[in-house]
Amino acid sequence: MGLIIKKPGILTTIQDLGRTGAQKFGLNPAGVMDRAAARTLNVLLGNAESDAVLEMHFPACVIEFETDVMIAIGGADFGARLNGEPLRNWSSMLAEKGSTLSFAKRSSGNRAYVAVSGGLCVPEWRGSRSTNLVAGIGGMDGRKLSAGDVIPCEESPGYADRIFTVGHSLIPRYSRFPTVRIVAGSEFEYLSDESERTFLSEGFTLTNDYNRMGYRLSGKLIHLLHPRDMVSTAVSFGTIQLLPDGQLIILMADHQTSGGYPRIGSVISADLPLVAQCGPGDGVSFQMVTIDEAERLALRFETELSFLRVGCRLQALNASYRS
Amino acid sequence: MTEAPKIFPLGDGALTIDFGNEISIESNDRAIAFCDYFEKRQFPGFIEAVPAYSSAAIFYDTPHVHRTFSTFATAFEAVSDLVRSALLQMPTAPEIVGRRLEVPVDFGSDAALDLPFILETKAIRHEEFIEIFTSRTYRVYMLGFLPGFAYMGEVDERIAVPRKQSPRLTVPKGSVGIAGRQTGIYPQESPGGWQIIGRTSLEMFTPDVEDLCLINAGDIVRFMSLK
Repeated sequence: MGLIIKKPGILTTIQDLGRTGAQKFGLNPAGVMDRAAARTLNVLLGNAESDAVLEMHFPACVIEFETDVMIAIGGADFGARLNGEPLRNWSSMLAEKGSTLSFAKRSSGNRAYVAVSGGLCVPEWRGSRSTNLVAGIGGMDGRKLSAGDVIPCEESPGYADRIFTVGHSLIPRYSRFPTVRIVAGSEFEYLSDESERTFLSEGFTLTNDYNRMGYRLSGKLIHLLHPRDMVSTAVSFGTIQLLPDGQLIILMADHQTSGGYPRIGSVISADLPLVAQCGPGDGVSFQMVTIDEAERLALRFETELSFLRVGCRLQALNASYRS
Repeated sequence: MTEAPKIFPLGDGALTIDFGNEISIESNDRAIAFCDYFEKRQFPGFIEAVPAYSSAAIFYDTPHVHRTFSTFATAFEAVSDLVRSALLQMPTAPEIVGRRLEVPVDFGSDAALDLPFILETKAIRHEEFIEIFTSRTYRVYMLGFLPGFAYMGEVDERIAVPRKQSPRLTVPKGSVGIAGRQTGIYPQESPGGWQIIGRTSLEMFTPDVEDLCLINAGDIVRFMSLK
């Protein structure tokens, strides 16, 4: 019982919210790039937020369902079709046994997610089903999906065949040129005044050096006031590092666990999905906020997500009483 | 150390604490001891503690910390407070006693891809190089770059060479490399810029064992020449 991958797409992997606890071994957490999208889709299906989903890039995969299953699609808009009929993003729906899910054309964003009721049931490794492409572990044998793969999913009652749609407040406003909020990094204070202004007022373009590990940006050069030799130190998903050539790199989900470049800022968790949905040629500009504001925005998302969770549960309960 | 270690947000779900931007056994001991302290006394919302050369990071679940420590304005402040009290309770000069391991290395020409370059630049003979490299022990400061990649030091000045100008696209699994006064072992095939001086057949990273890595931060490694 599962999902048959008819065409694998350019880079489709199984991801959840990542594998924590082993960074001290140099093992990166991996996990979805757009955490908000994956969590929202799982809530829509009555899943645990950390259930495994498919993360797709465009061209995306073609999937045939071996069994009736509720699904939800979100993140980027790749023009999902179920048996050729257009599907809405951010809404749950029934995929009947034998039906085919395909993606016609990319109209926004760069990473789309497919969640299924009950989650994708590949084996867990160290508490997670995420594919770690660097170590070749987790997900589907530690690799991206290929044609013929069958991803098991359990028959889960979930919300039965109740269809739910995400409310406006939770639908992300992706943009090709987002302003993303950041908090200052440990080495921000070593920037020259001019570079500080450049960093916080100019736009930076995503180059083709772009993958799940990080995005290299191109823009006006930024420099430290005095050169600074750094020994390798901790970094995180969203850390903005200043490279020796004066350009920036944003570390993403598959980043290395440590780095030796100045950390001039970190994208706040509330805005990381905006960055996760950008692609080559898109651009970002940075706006500094306090850690208080960053946490307030993170908590606001938690609140909205819990409203969705409770809302879905109540409606499902009501429906089951009536029937 | 008289100056209080610097605590800084690493985004809104982690913080770093800096024991001095240097490679020294003392500050590395502090970083490792600091992480051990929190691994053993996990606060609600604690995710993991990760030591580096002379710094450490604590990852936490911001909403969880918020709920638990509601008297603090932010989760960052709450965790910073826990960090400051930990620093008061911890010894200022902890000593990490790591395991001691021997790593057999093949320094033959098939494995030691950059040894001819090093011998030429440093004007030393093959046997001399092996003698210098294997006559001392190396401290494992941290793991990073790849799962199970150990950063070790310090390499004798007489054989220390900088990274390659342009990195290799594929460094074979088990390769032992030198970068400045650091040495390390590639746990898997990977691109990499370290100067390769030999190869070991030991498995550095094994996914199906609890410990994952053969060597860990704080351990002491001695290389032996395979004849």
